[in-house]
Amino acid sequence: MSRDPSRDVAIVAFAQSDSLRRTDDLSEVEMLMPVLHDVLRQTGLKTSDIGFTCSGSSDYLAGRAFSFTMALDGVGAWPPISESHVEMDGAWALYEAWVKILTGETDTALVYSYGKSSPGSVRDVLTRQLDPYYLAPLWPDSVALAALQAQALIDAGETDEPALAGIAARSRDAAVGNPHAQLRGARPQGDHVVAPLRQGDCPPIGDGAAAVILAAGDRARELCERPAWIRGMDHRIEAHSLGVRDLTDSPSTRLAARRAGAFDGAPFDTAELHAPFTSQEVVLRKALKLDETVRVNPSGGALAANPVMAAGLIRLGEAAAGIHRGESDRALAHATSGPCLQQNLVAVLEGEPHVR
Amino acid sequence: MTATPATLRAPLVVEFPFTRSLGPVQAAFLTGLRERTVLGVRTEGGQVLVPPVEYDPETAAELRELVEVDATGTVTTWAWNPDPRPGQPLDTPFAWVLVRLDGADTALLHALDAPGPEHVRTGMRVRVRWAAERTGAITDIACFEPYDSERDAAPARPHDGLFDEPVTGIVAAARLDYTYSPGRAQTDYLHALAEHKTVGERCPSCSKVYVPPRGACPTCGVATTEPVEVGPRGTVTTFCIVNIKAKNLDIEVPYVYAHIALDGAGLALHGRIGGIPYDQVRMGLRVEPVWSEDGRYPDHYRPTGEPDADYDTYKELL
Repeated sequence: MSRDPSRDVAIVAFAQSDSLRRTDDLSEVEMLMPVLHDVLRQTGLKTSDIGFTCSGSSDYLAGRAFSFTMALDGVGAWPPISESHVEMDGAWALYEAWVKILTGETDTALVYSYGKSSPGSVRDVLTRQLDPYYLAPLWPDSVALAALQAQALIDAGETDEPALAGIAARSRDAAVGNPHAQLRGARPQGDHVVAPLRQGDCPPIGDGAAAVILAAGDRARELCERPAWIRGMDHRIEAHSLGVRDLTDSPSTRLAARRAGAFDGAPFDTAELHAPFTSQEVVLRKALKLDETVRVNPSGGALAANPVMAAGLIRLGEAAAGIHRGESDRALAHATSGPCLQQNLVAVLEGEPHVR
Repeated sequence: MTATPATLRAPLVVEFPFTRSLGPVQAAFLTGLRERTVLGVRTEGGQVLVPPVEYDPETAAELRELVEVDATGTVTTWAWNPDPRPGQPLDTPFAWVLVRLDGADTALLHALDAPGPEHVRTGMRVRVRWAAERTGAITDIACFEPYDSERDAAPARPHDGLFDEPVTGIVAAARLDYTYSPGRAQTDYLHALAEHKTVGERCPSCSKVYVPPRGACPTCGVATTEPVEVGPRGTVTTFCIVNIKAKNLDIEVPYVYAHIALDGAGLALHGRIGGIPYDQVRMGLRVEPVWSEDGRYPDHYRPTGEPDADYDTYKELL
C-alpha cells in the first residue's frame, strides 16, 4: 500500500492560520473556518464537492469530550457528509484520507486539524498520553522527556548544546519568511527549562489550524497547476516504554521512510521535519540520512510554530506548497506524535517537471 | 455603538479517577513495589524488562516469566528539572532519570534526588528510596538516590510473583486545569442572556437563525455574524416526562423537559416546562421564559395562555 500506489494522489492546496500564543476570542470552529475557506477558495471547490473529510484534534487540549464535533460546523456537516476523525495530529488524518482515495471511493478529500494549547498547560496535558501505570502517575512533562533524549544524544557524542542552539537559530531565522510563524528571527537561547534543553530548544506554545485538499489523477491537475504528488507515505510506532528504546535513534522513522520510498530515486531538495525540540532534528536527520544539501524546514518548522495536532499536517502542507510554487521538486515531509518521537509518519512528495 | 464586551473566561477543571485493572505481570510488579521487591519479566530472547510488560515489545509474545532484580542500578540518561511541576515525585529540584536496575536490561523512568546537576551523570550508581506508605503503585518508589557502590553483577533471580493480598487495580487520578473561553459568538449570547434577552445569529447564506449561536452555520460552513433577537415566546415542538429525580436537583418529579422553538429561531432550544401539570404539556403549547432572581438563564418556561400553534408552523423545527 505504501509504495507504487494504484492511483496518483496529490496535495493540491494548503492553508494555515497564524500560530498565536492565545486566541481567547475565537472558539475552535471560529479559528478553523478562515483556513477551510482559504483552502477551498484555492481550488474553487465547495464543501459539497468534497468526497471525504477527515480531521485531527485532541479532546485533552480542549478539556472537553467530543470537541471535534463542534468544529464540524465549519465544514457544513449537514446534510450528512462522509467524515472521519483521528485523535492525533492531522498528518494521520491525511494518511487516512489518502488511503480512502486509493481505494477509489472518492477523488477528493479535505483534511484539517487544529489545536488550542492556550486554555491549559500543554506540558501537563500531554502527560495524559503516557502509559497510565508506570509513567502518567509521575507527571513527566513533554519537555522533561525530550530532555532525557537530548542528554542521551549528548552522551553519545552526537550533538552538544552549541549545536542545538544552532538548530534553534537556523529554524527561527528561516521563519522570518513565514508570516504564520509564532517565533521569527534571532532570540536568546535562555535558561534551561529542563537541562540540557533551554527555552530556545523548545517549541513555542500556541494555537493554530491547518487544512489541505487531496485529489486523484486528472482531478488534481484540474485543481492545481503543479500538484504535489504523494509518491509514498507510511507511518510506524515504537515501543511505548522509553526504557526499552534507543533514544538516540528512530528506527520507526527510518522504516517509514524506507517504505515510503524515501531512500529510492532522486535526492530531496527540501525536508519538512516535525521536530518540536532541537535535539529531535538531530535524531531525524540521522534516521532519514539527510545531508547538508537538503533544505531542512525552510518554514521554520515546529520550533517557530507548534500548534499541537496541526504542526505535523503543516509539515506536509509546507512541503507541498513549496512544490506548488515551483521552489521544490522532491520533498520529504515528516510528522511525529507521542513522547521522544514515538510515532513517525513520512511522506515523499514530487512535482512534475514544469511545462511551459 | 457600545464597546464589544470582553470574551468570557472561566476556570474549567477536569478531574478523573480512572480505575484500571491490572494483568498478572503488572499486578505482580506493583504489589512487589509495595513489598519493596522489584520484579521484571524475562523475554524469550533472555532479556529482562524492568518495568515489566505483558507482551514482548519486539515479538509481541506473551510474557509471564517473572524475575526479581536489585533495587540498585545505573543511570542511562538524565535531565535536570529546576522547576518541579504539580504531581511530580519531588517538589525540590531533581533529575529525571532512566535507571537500569542491576539484573535488568531495560530502564525505568523515575526521579533522582540530588543536590544539583553537578552531582548527576550518566553511568552514576543509584538506589531506590522507598515511599514510607506504599499502596502498590509506581509512586511506591519515592525516588532514586545516589548510591556509592560498584555494581554487583547479581543476575535476576526467579520469582513466583505471589504475594499476600495482591494489588489487582490502580486508581489513576488526574486533574487538569484549564481556562475555558467560549469564543466570540457564545460570549455575545451569554452577555445578552444576562440581560434576559435571547440573541441568535443568522446565516448569511441560508438565512437560518441559530440559537445558541456557535459562530458557524453547520449547513453552509460559513460564519454567522448578524445578531437576531428571538423569542421571548416560543412553541413546544416535542417533549419528554422525567420520572427519576437527578442527584442534587431540586425539582419534583415528574416534570417535563421540552424542545422549544423560540419565535424567530431556526432551531429549537431545550428547557423545563413549569406552571402546568406535567400531563397537560403538549406539542404546539405556547410558552414564555421565567427568570429567577439574578438568574443568567431562564429557570423554566410556562404557558402563555395563547392558543396552541399550528403544527405546520413548527414542523420543520422538530
